[in-house]
Amino acid sequence: MEPTRLSQAIAEALKERYPEEVKEIREFRGQVSVVVKKERIREIMEYLHDTPELCLHYLRDICGVDYLGKKENRFEVVYQLFSISHRHMVRLRAEVSEDDPTIDSVTGIWDGANWHERECYDMFGIRFSGHPDLRRILMPEDWEGYPLRKDYPLKSDLGEKEWKGLKKVLELAEKNKIYEMGEHAKER
Amino acid sequence: MKWESMPKSAERLETKELTISMGPQHPATHGVLRLVLVLDGETVVKCTPYVGYLHRGIEKLAEHMTYLNAIPLTDRLDYISSMANNEGYCLAVERLFGIEAPERAKYIRTMVAEMSRISSHILWLGTHALDIGAMTVFLYSFREREWILDLFEMLCGARLTTTYVRIGGVRNDVSQEFLDSLYKFTEEFPSRIAEYETLIDQNRIWLKRTRCIGVIEADEAVNWGLTGPTLRGSGIPYDVRKYAPYDAYDKVEFDVPVGKHGDVYDRYRCRMQELRQSNRIIKQCIEKLPRGPIMAPEASKVSLPPKDNVLKDMESMIHHFVLITKGPIAAPEGEIYSAVEAPKGELGFYIVSDGTGRPYRMRVRSPSFVHASVIPRLCEGSLVADVIANIGTIDIVLGECDR
Repeated sequence: MEPTRLSQAIAEALKERYPEEVKEIREFRGQVSVVVKKERIREIMEYLHDTPELCLHYLRDICGVDYLGKKENRFEVVYQLFSISHRHMVRLRAEVSEDDPTIDSVTGIWDGANWHERECYDMFGIRFSGHPDLRRILMPEDWEGYPLRKDYPLKSDLGEKEWKGLKKVLELAEKNKIYEMGEHAKER
Repeated sequence: MKWESMPKSAERLETKELTISMGPQHPATHGVLRLVLVLDGETVVKCTPYVGYLHRGIEKLAEHMTYLNAIPLTDRLDYISSMANNEGYCLAVERLFGIEAPERAKYIRTMVAEMSRISSHILWLGTHALDIGAMTVFLYSFREREWILDLFEMLCGARLTTTYVRIGGVRNDVSQEFLDSLYKFTEEFPSRIAEYETLIDQNRIWLKRTRCIGVIEADEAVNWGLTGPTLRGSGIPYDVRKYAPYDAYDKVEFDVPVGKHGDVYDRYRCRMQELRQSNRIIKQCIEKLPRGPIMAPEASKVSLPPKDNVLKDMESMIHHFVLITKGPIAAPEGEIYSAVEAPKGELGFYIVSDGTGRPYRMRVRSPSFVHASVIPRLCEGSLVADVIANIGTIDIVLGECDR
């Protein structure tokens, strides 16, 4: 069977099994994505991972998307699943609202989900309940705000809100310096 | 000194765990990776990697750029194989727009992507061997890398950040001089690989340092999301070039080498075999290279038309003007995940389009990020000397890991 038809068949099977959870099935350029509610995401993932006919053992990626003002639920957590043995893929998009940005972690199923979820938390502020070590990963630990949110500016004069870590480093450098700065450096 | 005369404190000496910070500027971490190691003597009890020192917000930047503007950003992901990144990104955008590159461009892309694979693998080989203590390989491998970089320079004027691949084709056509030099390279390269292998393949120290070190079983490797040679060393023949062929990979013959034990040595063997396969692909590409255009005509709504045409022809000038001032017109609304086999593993781009000229969200699924997450799994319980071998074997580039 063609890969797209296979993915559609998986999506249909998912809808049959979880009629309450699956909200929508979309297809674009031969790729099928299933929009689901977040409540039973862990159960759905376990089903996809453990069913021998589906065999979706390889979690390619988890990422967040911010649909500020475009959708009813602001965030989506997108899971890209692939089966190495059966060569089919399916994409799951779990809706997460702004008021309650939490979703169940899938680290219990895939070890590789650990860092992806941490990044998603770091960039969007979506909390993964049941994650063993939910810390910021790319940004400094005391960073304020979530950079990939749409209302986070690309560049701005933050003033008071500037990252305190930088100020600390500069002060420390000033305190511990051994050499006097040259005239040309002072001018800058 | 007699025992009785030893100071009192020495009698109370005790053993305890030692925490050390390795990096972010340690020569063996291949970039700005920091590991906090808790050691019990020589054994690593706990290993915590810290990444993000090279985070430049490429995903955020791309949201504010047109599809064409974002190509140079992808060079800065895995900066030692920029061609493969360009290719991956352009393919994703092509799939979003429904454009297909012409045959000649496909072959050229395949060729340059394999060249960057060779360049990346021999850089890996040199530095990995250097870390473990075999310095000579480094000097030899950089000789061939220099050749490849010179070829890149001849092709597009840049050695590292090439930005050569365009949405719907490539920037410029290849010259006969370039093809001749590249063919000469493919003729000579297999003997050079043999040279590297003579140096370390049977070397007793190399074998001691790599065999049965950093073992990861096939099932576990898939569970961690490993890809590329790091996964294939464990015996799973997953290669995007075979599973979902793109560009000209379905028209050239090559094998996917796999390992058996999933240790550092098998992953090394996989990469060495891959060098030969890449060489084979490049040779076939040169031999089969068809004539024809290098840009798809329908790509004019996203990519800049050739400069010559802009100066001579009205249509191209209008396209050029509109592209620069307004950005590409009407990207279809939708989302696409597109993957390529970069030298390090599966490089995926997930692009969400809201129907404007800029990506609404561009997610980069970088193999190095996933591979860096597996470091604690490989290192905990092993010796501190093997940490170096384990970092080397997963072949990470922090530019791609931190994005």
